Amino acid sequence: MANMPYIAAIDAGIHQEMRRDPSVLYFGQNLATTENHEFVKEYGHNRVRVTPISETAEIGIAVGAAMAGFRPVVELYMAEFMLVAMDQVTNEAPRFRYMSGGQVKVPLVLKAGYGFACGWAGQHTGTLTNLFAGVPGLKVVIPSTAADAKGLMATSIRDDNPVVYLHHYLLTLEHGEVPDGEHLVPFGKAAIRRAGGDVTIVATGWTVGLALAAAETLAAEGIHAEVIDPRTIAPLDLETILSSVEKTGRVVLVDQATRHASVSQIIAADIVEHRFSSLKAPILQVTAANTTIPYSEPLEASVLPTAAGICAAVRKVCA
Amino acid sequence: MSVNTPNAERQIWIYTQMLRIRTFEERVKRTFTDHPGVIRGHTHLADGAEASIVGSLSGFKKGDAALATYRCHGYPLVLGSDPKAAMAEIYGRVDGLCKGLGGSMHLTDVAHGFLGTSGIVGAGIPHAAGAAWAAQIRGKEEVVLCFFGDGASKQGAFAETLNIASLWKLPCVFVMENNGYNVVTTSAQEDANAAAGEPLSIKAKAFAMPGVTVDGTDPLAVHAVVSEAVARARAGHGPTLVESKVYRLSAHGNIIAPPGVPLHYPEHEAITVFGNSAEYEAALRGDPVPRFRGILVQNGILTPEHAAKITSEVDAEMQAAVDFALKSPFPTLESALQYNYA
Repeated sequence: MANMPYIAAIDAGIHQEMRRDPSVLYFGQNLATTENHEFVKEYGHNRVRVTPISETAEIGIAVGAAMAGFRPVVELYMAEFMLVAMDQVTNEAPRFRYMSGGQVKVPLVLKAGYGFACGWAGQHTGTLTNLFAGVPGLKVVIPSTAADAKGLMATSIRDDNPVVYLHHYLLTLEHGEVPDGEHLVPFGKAAIRRAGGDVTIVATGWTVGLALAAAETLAAEGIHAEVIDPRTIAPLDLETILSSVEKTGRVVLVDQATRHASVSQIIAADIVEHRFSSLKAPILQVTAANTTIPYSEPLEASVLPTAAGICAAVRKVCA
Repeated sequence: MSVNTPNAERQIWIYTQMLRIRTFEERVKRTFTDHPGVIRGHTHLADGAEASIVGSLSGFKKGDAALATYRCHGYPLVLGSDPKAAMAEIYGRVDGLCKGLGGSMHLTDVAHGFLGTSGIVGAGIPHAAGAAWAAQIRGKEEVVLCFFGDGASKQGAFAETLNIASLWKLPCVFVMENNGYNVVTTSAQEDANAAAGEPLSIKAKAFAMPGVTVDGTDPLAVHAVVSEAVARARAGHGPTLVESKVYRLSAHGNIIAPPGVPLHYPEHEAITVFGNSAEYEAALRGDPVPRFRGILVQNGILTPEHAAKITSEVDAEMQAAVDFALKSPFPTLESALQYNYA
């Protein structure tokens, strides 16, 4: 184990796979511009390249390289930059295996940060998970810990499909224990971050920390929350969520995304469809308000989910 | 004739491939009347571009790759795909190249180097560059041929990709088949170079790569230009933009219609939209397939008897493709969910 920040753990995951597999490529804007760049030094310019500001070409090149047998990782920095190339992300990369009747594989990783709610205002703060999670052929990964940041990155690279790997910018410097050596975290397997029998809280990314803080507060009040972190939202580990709901009968869903058509609403619908009879109270959701994120600090805080908001929702479903 | 001129046998091969594409697509077109309802959605024919397609692919080697657009029937036939499997795909049958999951717009045959086709205009251009990066890393002097239309050159994907391809000296040849129309919009209505009377190959200058315009109805001219570009790419000197001027002899595609309306091919837009029958008739008189046959006969490369034999063989081949595709069963319903993920 090594204690390292989330951001370093992501790089550790990329290194792990680039060392073992010469077909892994890593490229993007403002990357590898000098010979001293750590990835250039180790893997050379054939596999590590800087690109111009051309997201459509960057992601499209990844699609072509993947079809031709390589495993590209595209550094996109911010999830919003993928919107410039939405056709490549949602209507090219995930379609080719299907349309070719299984003749090609498109193994690639689109690495991007999201949710940078610390004064980045309207265009760099989104939690865009729902835009990708509903596309057949894509996988969507949202690590909440340093260990998962490494292990999910490695699994993303090894996966034979296009993967949108969304790291949370507010977690960048969060430290955690990260396994040394080869570390892989399976897709579609939720982590139970805290066990409890009174209420199920499902949270993703940065909101996992909020949910755990809320659970601590609630424990002092005698309410024992189970906190589930799905880790990947496509595929989604519905089994773990439904098992917990069977046990607790009460559910609070936390999502940093704006509420309308969010991943929390997808989870709510599946719980209602499959475990309606287990529910003892309506499902409550703690999400961002349906708004563009404001710049001004108190306004920004006011539209995002909080630990206090999660506590209030839990008290309500447990009342 | 330059050193690049194919020998007599190869010229007959080129003619035969042109005729195979033409005859295959005539059978696609005829299917709308012979077997209504068998072809669904949207099909796009390459009639008029056969010389460009075959001339471009005549130097294709094992290990090379080609990528194209939704107007994609011709390339795999030249590269060695079985027309039975191509027709079965267009009919949505289990024996299709893509098991009936892709259809007319998405023919793919990896075993023959036909790597992929995007139905979104311009979107496939960066895919070709990605495959060319793969070829560059492998270092086996393999090249990628990227086919697209004149309309795609107005997409951001075109500009972004040509910039990177030139910067990285990727082994890629960009073949723009300029058929003069983006559906019903003429080049001069949408392209600043065309409006200024410039060839579209001038766009290459913006990306510091060679740009060449060639008569795409002359297979030997296309062969000469593309094989020079391919040689340059194989040698590690980077990409070339080739503008191949062709005339689409059919409408953009079959009519777009809701279920219940029989699909068919309307007349060319030059007639239906612009009322310019003279332009269309001139293009028909320049039809590259009979013209090249005439040239081969005139040059003593092909006898009329040999030409007739080729015609009857190709007719039989494509009749067999239609018969096979009609008999091929639909895919199992389970296969609809089979290939979303590897």
